[in-house]
Amino acid sequence: MSVFLVGEHKEGQLKRVTLEILGELLKQGTTPTVVLLGKGGMDSIAADIAKKGPTKVVCLENAALETYSTEGYANSLYAFLSKQGATAVVAGATSQGKDFMPRLAAKFQSGFAADCTEIKVVGDKVTVRRPVYAGKCTKAVEFLKSPAVFTVRPNVFPPAPDKGASAAVEKAAAEVGNIRAKIAQVIASTVKKVELTEADVIISGGRSLKNAENFKILQDCANVIGAAVGASRAAVDAGYAPHDMQVGQTGKTVSPKLYIACGISGAIQHLAGMRTSKVIVAINKDPEAPIFQKADYGIVGDLFEVVPLLTEELKKLKAQS
Amino acid sequence: MIEFSLSDEQKALKEMVRRFVEKEVIPNAARFDESGEFPKEIINHAWELGIMNTAIPQKFGGLGLGVLDEVIINEELGAGCLGITTSIMVNNLALYPILLGGTDEQIKDLVLPFLESPKLAAFCLSEPGSGSDAGSLSTHAEDKGDHYVLNGSKMWISNGGVADLFTVFATADKSLKTKGILCLAVDAKSPGIHLGKPENKMGQRSSDTRSITFEGVKVPKKNLIAKPGEGFRLALKTLDHTRTPTASAAVGGARAAMNHSIKYAKERKQFNQAIASFQAIQFMLADMATKVESGRLLCYQAAWNLDNGNHDIARYYSALAKRLSADMAMEVATDAVQIFGGYGYTKEYPVEKIMRDVKLMQIYEGTSQVQRVVIARYLLQD
Amino acid sequence: MNIFVMLKQVPDTETKIKVTADKSNIEKNDIKWIINPYDEFAIEEALKTKERLKEGTVTAVTVGPDRTVEALRTAVAMGADNAIHVKTDDVVDTFQVAKALSEVLKKESAQIVFTGKQAIDDDQAATFGFVSELVDWPSASVIVKVEIAPDKKSLKAERDVEGGTRHIIEMPIPCVLAVDKGINTPRYASLPGIMKAKKKEIKVYSFADLGVTGGPTVKESDYQLPPERSAGKKITGDAATQVKELVRMLREEAKVI
Repeated sequence: MSVFLVGEHKEGQLKRVTLEILGELLKQGTTPTVVLLGKGGMDSIAADIAKKGPTKVVCLENAALETYSTEGYANSLYAFLSKQGATAVVAGATSQGKDFMPRLAAKFQSGFAADCTEIKVVGDKVTVRRPVYAGKCTKAVEFLKSPAVFTVRPNVFPPAPDKGASAAVEKAAAEVGNIRAKIAQVIASTVKKVELTEADVIISGGRSLKNAENFKILQDCANVIGAAVGASRAAVDAGYAPHDMQVGQTGKTVSPKLYIACGISGAIQHLAGMRTSKVIVAINKDPEAPIFQKADYGIVGDLFEVVPLLTEELKKLKAQS
Repeated sequence: MIEFSLSDEQKALKEMVRRFVEKEVIPNAARFDESGEFPKEIINHAWELGIMNTAIPQKFGGLGLGVLDEVIINEELGAGCLGITTSIMVNNLALYPILLGGTDEQIKDLVLPFLESPKLAAFCLSEPGSGSDAGSLSTHAEDKGDHYVLNGSKMWISNGGVADLFTVFATADKSLKTKGILCLAVDAKSPGIHLGKPENKMGQRSSDTRSITFEGVKVPKKNLIAKPGEGFRLALKTLDHTRTPTASAAVGGARAAMNHSIKYAKERKQFNQAIASFQAIQFMLADMATKVESGRLLCYQAAWNLDNGNHDIARYYSALAKRLSADMAMEVATDAVQIFGGYGYTKEYPVEKIMRDVKLMQIYEGTSQVQRVVIARYLLQD
Repeated sequence: MNIFVMLKQVPDTETKIKVTADKSNIEKNDIKWIINPYDEFAIEEALKTKERLKEGTVTAVTVGPDRTVEALRTAVAMGADNAIHVKTDDVVDTFQVAKALSEVLKKESAQIVFTGKQAIDDDQAATFGFVSELVDWPSASVIVKVEIAPDKKSLKAERDVEGGTRHIIEMPIPCVLAVDKGINTPRYASLPGIMKAKKKEIKVYSFADLGVTGGPTVKESDYQLPPERSAGKKITGDAATQVKELVRMLREEAKVI
């Protein structure tokens, strides 16, 4: 198996997903070559990767790759990989990965699978499993042509640990070809208030927050992971939060990946607004609160103690990414 | 052969109205119900989508759709908000007399403006003293040679405060009883028209309902629809056409109440189980479905007969459809509130509004009692 | 300007997914089919582009069996000028579909091609990339804003990447853009539109007509439903322990952060 893993890095930092895929491939008994693209100066990132035990790290360099471009990446990788007899090419299913990998697969005229959550390497064959129908089901995908080109969902596999290895680091000129679509401008993000109905993660508070100022505790937690803050009807009626934050029968209906209900009892009107959330976490002092029956994970405890600790723990997690 | 499926265009129409209702009517219905404000923007958007005034014939530039299409539109609108549905529906009601009894000139003059901009119209038949006994109306039209002068009061006029055009039924000679009635198209800007205050209604509160007083209102002869003395028959013929779409709106309201109940029954737990597992609730839901399906079928059959020109039997089916749909919608909505229990009794949940809205379906466009009169008359005719 | 929209018909989002007995696919009877919601944004953007340019035509194209014609009629009812149906009853994979679409785009001399960023059934987000590569045009995905240059020879497309950073990408026309929700608010098909669409003649091609050959590139199998949501876990320990354990489980088990 000749597997090539396209690494992703930004501002001198390697993205965690690269190490996650590396870790899983190594676990599956295959040692990939990691490919990095950039204008240069990727030595320390490459050295870092080399310690985890890939076959080797190849830095494809070209001034034109200083900024990301769909064609720059697809062209350079195809030019390099088509000479390597690659049997599989993998990248993270990130904004970038999702953008150039399909073009690369089309260049190879071979099979493609996006956002895989399972990889299985058996001898010379790799099969993957990926979610479809918005995750309502998964399917196995076998590649009928070579190389197998696929992207892997971030945050699924644990990152490859340091093995103290010292794989070789090579450099090569990237053949970027003709880049027609170029990033003309990059606008750094301004802190945008995450819209409740669009948020992937929501942290909600109930009447136990006791006053409007205390909602800041939830907002601090939300800020760490880009979550939105919601409120139960009881909290809104008591004046602790404005009506546009209300989740429930007469408030907003939300369906985030993660809903954290803090000090919310879980009466039916509230549930009506959030019960389709993928994962529900409840934090409540009362072990008999109905919300625990709906929650996937529950912490019986004082939200004033638990939520700040959660904020700290999430900060630690974010730093690792 | 009997065919029970809708054509592709009808399915596309149903889907389009359903989406419009889901995105624009449902999120706003409670707010308009609470405030009683007329939802002009929503109505304008409905007009832009082409779902208003659908009966205007193609030769005049309209869509020339039949009653079945109106039935499909109205069920979807009714499932969203009956108040908004009425505001949209009564335009057809007001324009039908002109379409059915007017000359091409009159249609071009009076009806085509409704294709050019979202104007509204109101059908003026009922009076403070005449509801079911419509034939005993008193509003007087005096023949002054080249124009009529209208004097009198109309009551319960939907779109009364927002209409650009009134279709008014008045009598030239009360001694002739129904044979004295004529139909006049009246410009709402005519001097002498006094609008009453909007009625503070139990339900369908976003629908503008008022009394209208005509004091020496001059109406040019060119606005006389059909001949004097033909007015009452024209009114009845109009109601024959609109009764079925109205019934369909009731079916929509009942359907919404039923769907809310099904969803709630699955979620609400008592005695350690979802209330949907209790037969008492299951039987109520089963009865709701039976009623909704029956109502819909009668509406479809009535519409089919109307569209195929079988007017006598269509009148019979329309009465069946209206009678059943209105009465069953009230039953279904009441049961829905029951299933929701205490929660259903509050404005937090949508079923109490449906119950208040749906009550009017048993009263307007021919009460359920009048419908039975029509049905019995058909059955007992020689 | 020859504006194209590639659209796909997919099962409605509310569909309850059931796997067939042999696990080779999901049960497709009794499914309500809709236009892929992301493709609706694409149709709207195509129509808006024509309106902004005050010229051009919008053509909708799709690949699939006869039932997909309904999706084309909806696009026409919304305002598309033309519709093309690449008819196939075979089960084809994304790449085969892309080959057919790219042949249509070349044959019809498409200039700006819009499509949704992904289809909500397969969620691959790959068709736009395959097609762009096969026609050899520049592309960009997850686009939330499009601005055509006054000389109509190039355009600027904006996308948001991780961290909320916005990229403004410039590229020459012809090109392919995969749009994200929020780029616009799709209009409804109006009733007059629906009636006109009924009479619209739709151009039909077969794979053979387009010279598209070649079998599938992947084999899909073993559809599985996710495990039933198990009863909730109450995490024990002191607050610090509980929080550590919660975060660990959210990351490793639930995989939501």
